[in-house]
Amino acid sequence: MITFPGSLDDQDAARAVRYAGAEPVALWHDDADLHGVAAVSVPGGFSYGDYLRAGAIARFAPVMGLVVAAAERGLPVLGICNGFQILCEAGLLPGALLRNAGRHFVCRDQRLRVENNGTAWTNQYWAGAEFVVPVKSMDGRYVADRSTVDELEQQGRVVFRYAGGNPNGSKNDIAGICSPNGRVVGLMPHPEHAIDELTGPSADGIGMFGSVLDALAPAAG
Amino acid sequence: MARVFVDVMPKPEILDPQGQAVARALPRLGFEGVSAVRQGKHFVLEVDDSVDDDTLTKIAEGFLANPVIEDFVVRRAES
Repeated sequence: MITFPGSLDDQDAARAVRYAGAEPVALWHDDADLHGVAAVSVPGGFSYGDYLRAGAIARFAPVMGLVVAAAERGLPVLGICNGFQILCEAGLLPGALLRNAGRHFVCRDQRLRVENNGTAWTNQYWAGAEFVVPVKSMDGRYVADRSTVDELEQQGRVVFRYAGGNPNGSKNDIAGICSPNGRVVGLMPHPEHAIDELTGPSADGIGMFGSVLDALAPAAG
Repeated sequence: MARVFVDVMPKPEILDPQGQAVARALPRLGFEGVSAVRQGKHFVLEVDDSVDDDTLTKIAEGFLANPVIEDFVVRRAES
């Protein structure tokens, strides 16, 4: 779990990891090694104040070079909200995230549909399942050129789609996508805020953190 | 030292809600006849003479602009 200057949701991501039964490890943006973690979560927030473009400066943080190299070796990486923006800027995921079409910051409970349950982060869901998580972002409109979007659709790399209304005008209602090997997933909504009905709209977000433990289990055992 | 300008604009096919908001506000302020506005960024760089055009392009392409969504123009100030 990485913390950049301006990260907000790193503690909630750590809590989600704990709820799923794993040990969260704090990584700092300036770290020169990944402390042997089995997976990385890049949290939401406004790293470096979102200066220039959301995620544009965080992408050059020392720790991100390590994350990119480790992801190329198959390390599971999850980018949530600003984390998704960072992964796109870093080139781990294609496309970009732009200002919401409605020009307003959107903060609401959002229904999501699981389109691909074959990734490292979604194997505990049924394909086609829908669940509710918070979405809270200013720059959540996913865009990519037509050939990239076609490729994502054809390869089943659209992992989540907005259901019951698109909050930001994203292409094809895309809420989250993955790398070709399904190990790197980025999404705008916040599963880490939906892990306990006491504090979130549902507890269904925990499945993402449980999924990665399942994905890692064969390697560990 | 030289002064370099880098203009970064959203690609034509990219929706620009901020530019649209500006365009829609103009008639309300009494300015008629502006049919469209696109909003971008303008950078002013003070660079050493050792910085060549290739380097400036790399700076613009790799950092100041995101080529997925933006076009850029690099221009040296007339000296």
